[in-house]
Amino acid sequence: MKTLATRKIALTGNYAVAHAVKMAKPHVIAAYPITPQTSIVEKLSEFVERGELKSSFVNVESEFSAMSVVYGAAMAGARAFTATSSHGLLYMYEVVWWTALSRAPVVMAVVTRTIGPPWNIHVEHNDILTLRDTGWLVAMAGDVQEAFDLTLQAFKIAEFAVLPMAVGLDGFILSHSTEPIELTPQEVVDEFLPPRRFDVPVAFRPGVPVTFGNLPSDNRIHARHKAALYNAHQDAKELIRRVDEEYGKLTGRSYGGLVEWYKCEDAKYVVVCTGAWCSDGKAAVDRLRARGMPVGLARLRFLRPFPAEWLRRLDLYDVVIVYDRDITPAGGVLGLEVKSVLSRAKVINIIAGIAGVDFDVSGFYETVQNAIGGKYGEVEFVI
Amino acid sequence: MTFRLDQLPKKKYVLPGNAACAGCGMMIGLRVLGMALGEEVVLIVPASCSSVVQGLAPKSSIAMPVLNVPFASAAAVATGISEAFKALGVRGHAVVWAGDGSTVDIGFAAVSGAAERNSDVIYVMYDNEAYMNTGIQRSGSTPKYAWTSTTPVGKREQKKDVALMLAVQGAPYVATANIAYPQDFYRKLKRAAEIPGFKFIHLYAPCPPGWRFDPAKTVEVARLAVETGVWILWEYDRGAFRLNPPSTIYRDRAKRRPLADYIKIQGRFAHLSDEEVRFIEEEVEAKWQRIAKFLE
Repeated sequence: MKTLATRKIALTGNYAVAHAVKMAKPHVIAAYPITPQTSIVEKLSEFVERGELKSSFVNVESEFSAMSVVYGAAMAGARAFTATSSHGLLYMYEVVWWTALSRAPVVMAVVTRTIGPPWNIHVEHNDILTLRDTGWLVAMAGDVQEAFDLTLQAFKIAEFAVLPMAVGLDGFILSHSTEPIELTPQEVVDEFLPPRRFDVPVAFRPGVPVTFGNLPSDNRIHARHKAALYNAHQDAKELIRRVDEEYGKLTGRSYGGLVEWYKCEDAKYVVVCTGAWCSDGKAAVDRLRARGMPVGLARLRFLRPFPAEWLRRLDLYDVVIVYDRDITPAGGVLGLEVKSVLSRAKVINIIAGIAGVDFDVSGFYETVQNAIGGKYGEVEFVI
Repeated sequence: MTFRLDQLPKKKYVLPGNAACAGCGMMIGLRVLGMALGEEVVLIVPASCSSVVQGLAPKSSIAMPVLNVPFASAAAVATGISEAFKALGVRGHAVVWAGDGSTVDIGFAAVSGAAERNSDVIYVMYDNEAYMNTGIQRSGSTPKYAWTSTTPVGKREQKKDVALMLAVQGAPYVATANIAYPQDFYRKLKRAAEIPGFKFIHLYAPCPPGWRFDPAKTVEVARLAVETGVWILWEYDRGAFRLNPPSTIYRDRAKRRPLADYIKIQGRFAHLSDEEVRFIEEEVEAKWQRIAKFLE
């Protein structure tokens, strides 16, 4: 295998996503501004205007239309990308569902942000978690490099799984923080990512009378269609592993499965979280271990497909402390989902960092000790 | 453009056994679309009567490719398809076939957005003047005084003139059409297919169950709309605004048939007093005056 020089470059999370999208050469990009996503589509418009990217760049009048445009493009056989945040994702929600049930392999970046009122542009995960029931594949980047790599992988995963995929990155924390990252050479990307098959999910061409989405003669047709979506998610687990393995061989960077385990081998207590703050969590784990506390961390790289097989392993530990940067009236989403697959371990759900409230290494360091020390109830707010 | 009816394609694009109501005006329009552009189009159909008349999957009564899409999304989905076709080198037209509710109400932002960015789309709004598929609820396109199931004493507001709005916005091609004049509609579809950018055709399509008239009289009602001056056939072709026959002669109020001929045939207007009919007549004239300003 020939070795190609890798370029190291300092990029914000949003620009890293834009560079990955550029290398994936989508046919159609739909753009609508919303903070903190905007600099992704701004950068892409720049690439297109400079002639570095030959995409149709469509400025739309709403996020609803942004998702509609990329949906139409994907149904016509094109590779298509859009990006959004928060209220933008909520505004496009109907088409988000329609896209998944149409099995349209769209890729979308979701730069996570709070949902109001009040207006607040800071980080939270409630927005991307609204995708959990839709049929979209959902990943969360841990750092800028992973945001870049996941975006490239997302095109391949989406197109082979025939499912739309969202790549999440924390608003401002990743989207606007600059980190040095390795850019995969274009030749490697071209080898990794084959051309989009135009006839998946359906060959939609003039002169070919295909009807997609009309009323079913038997509701079981619709029911089977929905069951197939569930099955596609189960199958996607192996696909994601294979795509990551292949990517690793080509680039030297691979991430393993749907969950990253950090110092869990000999742990008694495990922290569970997703997104950028996992790095703070890991630093806290190191500090706690230095004090002799056997703590590990499980970072959820993928929220969908639901990593049930990975999460069941958490039953091996005494206390599982799940950090949610989101809140629902029933508790944190990750807390609820982790509990749903465990029968033995004690689960403590900490709701922290919502509405963009700062939560750092010392936050993890203190709250993990409180959780282990029995100071917390089943759901605990740290605000 | 002239053509002979007997030389139009014989292939059927709307197949027998479809699920449309007897006398459906929209289906007449769909047949004309098939004759004009059947082999060159993909149809984008938002929630509407057109979603239902296709019949039940896995069968379909429309021999053109059809993508069913969410209610408000059609203009944007068509944009995506049209851009994808260009990028992939596919020849053909993305044609939206949408009702009045999705066009003038819930999907209007997407329609206006597609027109503003001049997306290469042919948008046909078949206007049956209410939400017929859900059971005759008023839309922004329902005419004043018409009975619907949500305006039990008649609609109080004016009909939204979406074609005129889009012409004013500067879309390259905007036209009105009427299912009683298939040659005119055919020609407009062909013309739209020649022009790059956003094309909008507002197709008048009577609905027998919704308007409360005998299904045998669909074409008669549609023709009366033109002959009484209620419906004006016009086109705006890249800056040139003109009337199309036979509406050209009805610019002269004296040539129009009495409005009552159109009103009395439809149950949805059965409750109207003579005074209200006269009022509508004045509003029809006011509409002609508005159009006349564009003709100058």
